[in-house]
Amino acid sequence: MAQIIDMPKLSDTMTVGTLVKWLKKEGDAVKSGAMLAEIETDKATMELECFFDGTLLKIYAPAGSQIAVGAPLCAVGKTGEVVPDVPAPTAPKPVLKDDATPAATATPATPAPAKLPAQAPVAAPAAHPEIPSTPGQRIRITPLAKKLAAEKGVDPARVQGTGPSGRIVRADVIAAATGAAAPKAQISNSKSQTSSGAFVPTASAFAKGPIQEEKTVAVSNVRGIIAKRLLESKTQIPHFYLNIEIDAGPLLELRQQLNTALEKSGVKLSVNDFILKGSAEALRRVPTVNCSWEGAPSTGSGQASVRQHSAAHVSFAVAIDDGLITPVVRDAHLKTVFAISDEAKSLAKRAKDKKLAPNDFTGGTFCVSNLGMMGIESFSAIINPPNAAILAVGTTVKKPVVKNDQIVIGQTMMLTLSVDHRVVDGAVGAQFLAALKQLLESPSLLLI
Amino acid sequence: MPLITYREAIRHALSEEIERDPNVVVMGEEVAQFNGAYKVTEGMLAKYGPTRIVDTPISEAGFIGMGVGASMLGVRPVMELMFWSFYSVAFDQILNNAANVRYMSGGQINCPIVIRGPANGGTNVGATHSHTPENVLANHPGVKVVVPSTAYDAKGLLKTAIRDNDPVMFLENTILYGEKGEVPTEEYLIPLGKADVKRQGTDLTIVTYGRSVLHSLKAAEILEKEHGRSVEVVDLRTIRPLDIDTVLASVAKTHRVLIVEEQKPFASVGSQIAYMIQREAFDELDGPIHRLTTVDSPAIYSPPVEIEQLPNPNRVLKAALEALA
Repeated sequence: MAQIIDMPKLSDTMTVGTLVKWLKKEGDAVKSGAMLAEIETDKATMELECFFDGTLLKIYAPAGSQIAVGAPLCAVGKTGEVVPDVPAPTAPKPVLKDDATPAATATPATPAPAKLPAQAPVAAPAAHPEIPSTPGQRIRITPLAKKLAAEKGVDPARVQGTGPSGRIVRADVIAAATGAAAPKAQISNSKSQTSSGAFVPTASAFAKGPIQEEKTVAVSNVRGIIAKRLLESKTQIPHFYLNIEIDAGPLLELRQQLNTALEKSGVKLSVNDFILKGSAEALRRVPTVNCSWEGAPSTGSGQASVRQHSAAHVSFAVAIDDGLITPVVRDAHLKTVFAISDEAKSLAKRAKDKKLAPNDFTGGTFCVSNLGMMGIESFSAIINPPNAAILAVGTTVKKPVVKNDQIVIGQTMMLTLSVDHRVVDGAVGAQFLAALKQLLESPSLLLI
Repeated sequence: MPLITYREAIRHALSEEIERDPNVVVMGEEVAQFNGAYKVTEGMLAKYGPTRIVDTPISEAGFIGMGVGASMLGVRPVMELMFWSFYSVAFDQILNNAANVRYMSGGQINCPIVIRGPANGGTNVGATHSHTPENVLANHPGVKVVVPSTAYDAKGLLKTAIRDNDPVMFLENTILYGEKGEVPTEEYLIPLGKADVKRQGTDLTIVTYGRSVLHSLKAAEILEKEHGRSVEVVDLRTIRPLDIDTVLASVAKTHRVLIVEEQKPFASVGSQIAYMIQREAFDELDGPIHRLTTVDSPAIYSPPVEIEQLPNPNRVLKAALEALA
């Protein structure tokens, strides 16, 4: 009987493969070990090896087509043997049960997976148990509640539905996510705890299902652009990194004073507003950092060039759904910290609402990325081309510092500058950070 | 703004368009000498004369056919059907000829006819005079279908319908004729294909049109006062072209839908809307789409039973509570 050869699973994340080209044609004799075709996965292009002796009887997948893992590619058998025009789907892969051993799953009556190339990852356990916590029982849930549950990481099997016929509705998922109404399993847990008097950790204290659906998702445009631009940046720009610790005490104190004194006029300055203002001022003092590498002209042997920017257009990273964007405070070197604060607030809000105009997020000459509010102490950012540097701002930390030879409690903050070495050398980068440190440690300078 | 009736609003629209465009004429049974079976055209013969306000024989196939032919030659006839129920006598003229002529002439012949009249139950006129054929009409590409619920909408939509170069089916309601509403004295037009959110809400979207809008608004009031539920009422105003975007935006806001229509349930306008909502907004739905229609039988002659056959505020209220469950 002819052997149907299926699309093998050639990588962990592979769900489809592209049949790049056939190396044999219908009617060709093939030997075990011969290469039948080239297959492109999400990772690489590989050759499809034949494990049978015989004749390539039928090609089901034309070159260039995308074929799901497990779908038939071709049939190999004896010359003259009749093969189906469209092969019957291979028997469903066995569902991995809790008590089933891997060996049991490898021996069912589906010859193809068992005889896959040895270098291919084992395909047998590929089938995922669906909603494992209630096998065989369909969960009544509205489409919206289902979507919401996936977003909030709530396992529907553990939510008590309050809709008609126990249907899980949006409110149930929200309640489960916020803990307002305890999910089913937790109710029974708390009961068993009180009756036994001791806390007994049970497996059901944690959700059991897959952590997320196994699938390949097309990326959004934003993510595509982030991937492309940052890959370019990290591979084409020779980054180096400089760290400096600053005493954030005076800055926090001044901010507090201003926010308290000016509360009625609606002033609410953030640390980041001062960083933006300080960066603009430091760029004025060390303008080499406010440049862009423009490279050599693509034709001829012209000289490479660097663009000097006369204005400090300081951008800052804002996290948005599935990505980030860097709106620009234009002419920050000419603006007060109050004006910068207003503008940054408005830009950040519009960024989150996806209402930024292209003009709002292009043309920056320097970038600030602040993960301080997320508790990060220090990190190194990837330069946002065509900027020559990016400043990564950490959180303020209370720790012992030495002041006047005494150990006292201080508030410090780590700043990390990622620098394009083509434009800025170590000493210049250090001058910039020193200037920024001086400004932020004497923050009243930023109010003049 | 002056308060005028739905009937007067339609009369004003007809009069203004007759005065604006010499090609506009009104034709139908009893529209002229008798001043209109429902007095919509009252006084118009005296004012505009027998060349603009024309009585026709009792033959819908004949006079609608005449109107279709006239419209192809540049006249803008506004044809009155005493009841929309009589459209079936002229089915071929309306839905075979008028609907198809622009397409079949390769765009060379327009058919700027308006066919208007009441299409409703609830007045004890029996099964042969109580049809609501907007679904049947809307099933035919080439015609536009308008079902206004208020005096303001009736006037603005009818003026747009008369100026439209395609056949427009304009379905009024004898019970609404006496309903008063604010209508500005200055001229205005309402585009076809724009729904109107008649009431803002957050818990449930009622998609409706025609007289059912009034029932839905009453039910929404009760739902707010007695049940603390906030209901949004979307008045489609035009069945074709259909403003599905406004409906979907509302569904995305409330996540629950009730469709209310004075239609028999089988293959109604609501069936189509329910399909479109689940197709375009499946992941927004927090419950099945509910629908309240006329009870599936020929129009019931007994007045007290007919009231319960049609949508009414109580029935809407009950259906809304089910949709909110």
